[in-house]
Amino acid sequence: MSRGYLLSAPALALFVALLIVPLGLTLVLSFNLFDYEVGVKSDSYTLANYASLLSDSYFYEIFWRTFWISALVTLLCVVIGVPEAYILSRMGTPWRSIFLILILTPLLISVVVRAFGWSLLLGADGLINQAIAALGGRPLKMLYTPFAVILALVHVMLPFMIIPVWTSLQKLDPAAEQAAQSLGASQAKVMRMVVLPQIMPGVLSGTLIVFGLAASSFAIPGLLGGRRLKMVATVVYDQYLSELNWPMGATIAVALLLANLLIMLSWNRLVEGRYKKALGE
Amino acid sequence: MSKNGPLALSFHALVVVFMLAPLVVVCLVAFTPENTLTLPTSGFSLRWFRAVFERADFIDAFYNSLILAVVAATLATLIAVPAALAITRYHFPGRNFLNALFLSPIIIPHLVLGVAMLRLFALMGVNGSFVWLMLAHVVVITPYVLRLVIAAAIGIDRSAEQAAESLGASRFTLFRQITLPMILPGVAGGWLLAFINSFDEVTLSIFVTSPATQTLPVRMYVYATESIDPMMAAVSALVIALTAATMILLDRVYGLDRVLVGKN
Repeated sequence: MSRGYLLSAPALALFVALLIVPLGLTLVLSFNLFDYEVGVKSDSYTLANYASLLSDSYFYEIFWRTFWISALVTLLCVVIGVPEAYILSRMGTPWRSIFLILILTPLLISVVVRAFGWSLLLGADGLINQAIAALGGRPLKMLYTPFAVILALVHVMLPFMIIPVWTSLQKLDPAAEQAAQSLGASQAKVMRMVVLPQIMPGVLSGTLIVFGLAASSFAIPGLLGGRRLKMVATVVYDQYLSELNWPMGATIAVALLLANLLIMLSWNRLVEGRYKKALGE
Repeated sequence: MSKNGPLALSFHALVVVFMLAPLVVVCLVAFTPENTLTLPTSGFSLRWFRAVFERADFIDAFYNSLILAVVAATLATLIAVPAALAITRYHFPGRNFLNALFLSPIIIPHLVLGVAMLRLFALMGVNGSFVWLMLAHVVVITPYVLRLVIAAAIGIDRSAEQAAESLGASRFTLFRQITLPMILPGVAGGWLLAFINSFDEVTLSIFVTSPATQTLPVRMYVYATESIDPMMAAVSALVIALTAATMILLDRVYGLDRVLVGKN
């Protein structure tokens, strides 16, 4: 028994020192007073940062924009990722593994590279606008708009939706689909009654991962949103590195973490309740 | 034989194009002979790759990232392997808590980890130091090694270990001769996955690097916010090539599909 502690001691020491302590310090920092002349006053505590977070319309706008963009990205990932995972699962070898790897490996390529790729395509004189001009059309403003941020976020998040749906599709017994078909069920009915209930847990866990990652994404809005289209993560960056108002930055970061955890937990509970009811438990 | 209809296959083709388009475009533009970001229509040129190798800041940032990723992945493996064995082999109070704690950096936004570590490092007066940047990376990538090693350690047959133990092998011999070879694919796969994640990490690093310890993704991020020229495409193409090489290696030692979708 003590050997278990001994073996995990090095990891535990590191995680206490560099995870629990810094998160605790940041929570404390969010209650500290900030003065533009002297900086952080670590001996005086205040709720003013949280008050301005809740009352300032600038922060309200940022949180609302982050929320709707993340929700839309999640929805698009469901609409694209679920059918794509299903199509992949119905492919024969070797195409199935080839396309699975082609679609999932962008996951391992730096997000800065992927953001840069989208800015090449969407820029004012980017490749899409060059193509439009060649066809005689008028150029579109795409870069530095919500459209660019949403498109690139869907690109980055889609693998996180396909993976859990694919995993739950692997557990689906093909005989169940065949049985339903041989009993005269239409393709739509097979999807609705056999396939969808089976993959719902995968879709829901994908939804959670995608929403959480989109809401806290930094590099995509930073590079494709420009100076005006801010999301929560880029505002935190500004507070820390341009405004140098660390307590306010810490407050927004804590709020982001709490909002994320709250949405994940309540979504999880809502869905679990539904799911259990549907299974008659 | 494919069971998908033409509609499904067209949808699939669109998804594949969507996923690959930005990466393919980056690799093509990197070879442009022009001064602007255009596709190489009048011929291929390596001038922008030469331009990358003349930029000392990018070369330094690349070496920073490479050393950082190698050392951080190795340290993460050294602490994750014993922790994974503790979690899979021993029952002790707090075991589930430790497991959740060690996996938690996957769920906590890197932005939050970044500002948290910035606060700690600033209080300690070590912000921008390479050693602390590396330890920060170890925390972020340990979960990836841990997951793969736990999966490998659960799957192995314990009878060889029991036989060696009953024949009087010491604990160290037992680990080196029996256990380690059996979990080696998980350890190597975990190391490579940790390496890639450390090499690509930008959100946390941007808060805790100084100009001297800037990593390649941070250098690229800062560069891309200031100006955009074909050199950035050449750097990106090199990063894509390096990542692809690592992925091929990962596929050989562990299986890319197992890493990505957890298939056994």
